[in-house]
Amino acid sequence: MSVFKDAGHLFRFAGLFVFAFLVFLVVRNYVVPKSFGQYGHYRGAAIAEIAARPVKYAGHETCESCHVDVVEVKKDGKHAHVNCEACHGPQARHASADDPSTVKPVLPDTTILCVRCHTASAAKPKGFPQVVPEDHSTGLPCDTCHKPHNPGMDAGGGK
Amino acid sequence: MKISRRQMLILLPAAAVAWESVLAGTPEASPNYALTDHWWSMLIDIPKCIGCGNCVRACQAENDVPDGYFRTWVERYHVSDENMTNPQVISPDGGKEGFPVVSGDEGKYFFVPKLCNHCADSPCTQVCPVGATFISPDGVVLVDQTYCLGCAYCVQACPYGCRFIHPVKKVADKCTLCYHRITKGLTTACCEACPTGARQLADLKNPKDPIHEFLKTHSVQILKPQMATGAKVFYNDLDGSVR
Repeated sequence: MSVFKDAGHLFRFAGLFVFAFLVFLVVRNYVVPKSFGQYGHYRGAAIAEIAARPVKYAGHETCESCHVDVVEVKKDGKHAHVNCEACHGPQARHASADDPSTVKPVLPDTTILCVRCHTASAAKPKGFPQVVPEDHSTGLPCDTCHKPHNPGMDAGGGK
Repeated sequence: MKISRRQMLILLPAAAVAWESVLAGTPEASPNYALTDHWWSMLIDIPKCIGCGNCVRACQAENDVPDGYFRTWVERYHVSDENMTNPQVISPDGGKEGFPVVSGDEGKYFFVPKLCNHCADSPCTQVCPVGATFISPDGVVLVDQTYCLGCAYCVQACPYGCRFIHPVKKVADKCTLCYHRITKGLTTACCEACPTGARQLADLKNPKDPIHEFLKTHSVQILKPQMATGAKVFYNDLDGSVR
């Protein structure tokens, strides 16, 4: 074939390209994570890694599976739909301990806790129960009169 | 049992490979969780929010969010009677310790909890040059922090200001919709800690989820609908002045 008579330099050049492409493929194989592209243009394994992070709030179902007595007190009160950890803080360490009594949660201080929600402010929704703490209790802790799990002062609530 | 030198030489690398796989571990978070069975979203009921900051504190505790940075925060709007179109918005420390008391009754006040909107067509995932942020098959916008370069393109792209560069890790960080919780059947930390139920995690692919009934019977909006981001955080009774 006379066309390729003096084309040796072109073949060498093409060979170089093929070689470089093979090197690219090998390098790419090592640097691109295996799960990249599994679901889209990202590392698919990242989903499982993010899902595997530890939980700190145990969830009220977990609390309620042991603290049945509190569920009884709460269920008719105004705090029936307030989850345990809204006030008691994250308790997964307590809940997942082999003996939960070894990881004892700190009891919240009602003088600090209750006012976070119930301090009167014109910015809050009108129907929400609010008090001016200084006038209402003159600094006494709220649990002097109220049961935090059932805070109403009617039957069942109050102390 | 006697091991020859030859056997030993074969066993050593085999043991090394085995040990490496033990160290690496396989992140197997939730065996019964099917990625394609969910499409996560959140419902925020503005009239129920009292601005206590419980959600902000819970998010920080659950996700080790550094001080001064927020994956969720609460804004308080004050729309005065004279200037209806220019609301005053405050969010002291993200609303983490609540808001200053207001005694007057001038204009109207309301709280707007904010977080990542987990947009179905998110601008943030489109601008990532390396594929470190993405929307998962179950509708949660996530960051692969081992892959992120920290270029902050996504921080600029988010129209809601929901992303930040983590001050220690130097990579993009944002709300994961508590992905590590919702894949285990729990609700998010903010929803768990909200005392009034102003925040509700919702699964749009679950026909039994109460969100469907709620969307039908309430006047619900998303933030910045004109950006066509496909935001999935739905606000009930949102005032028109909210941006």
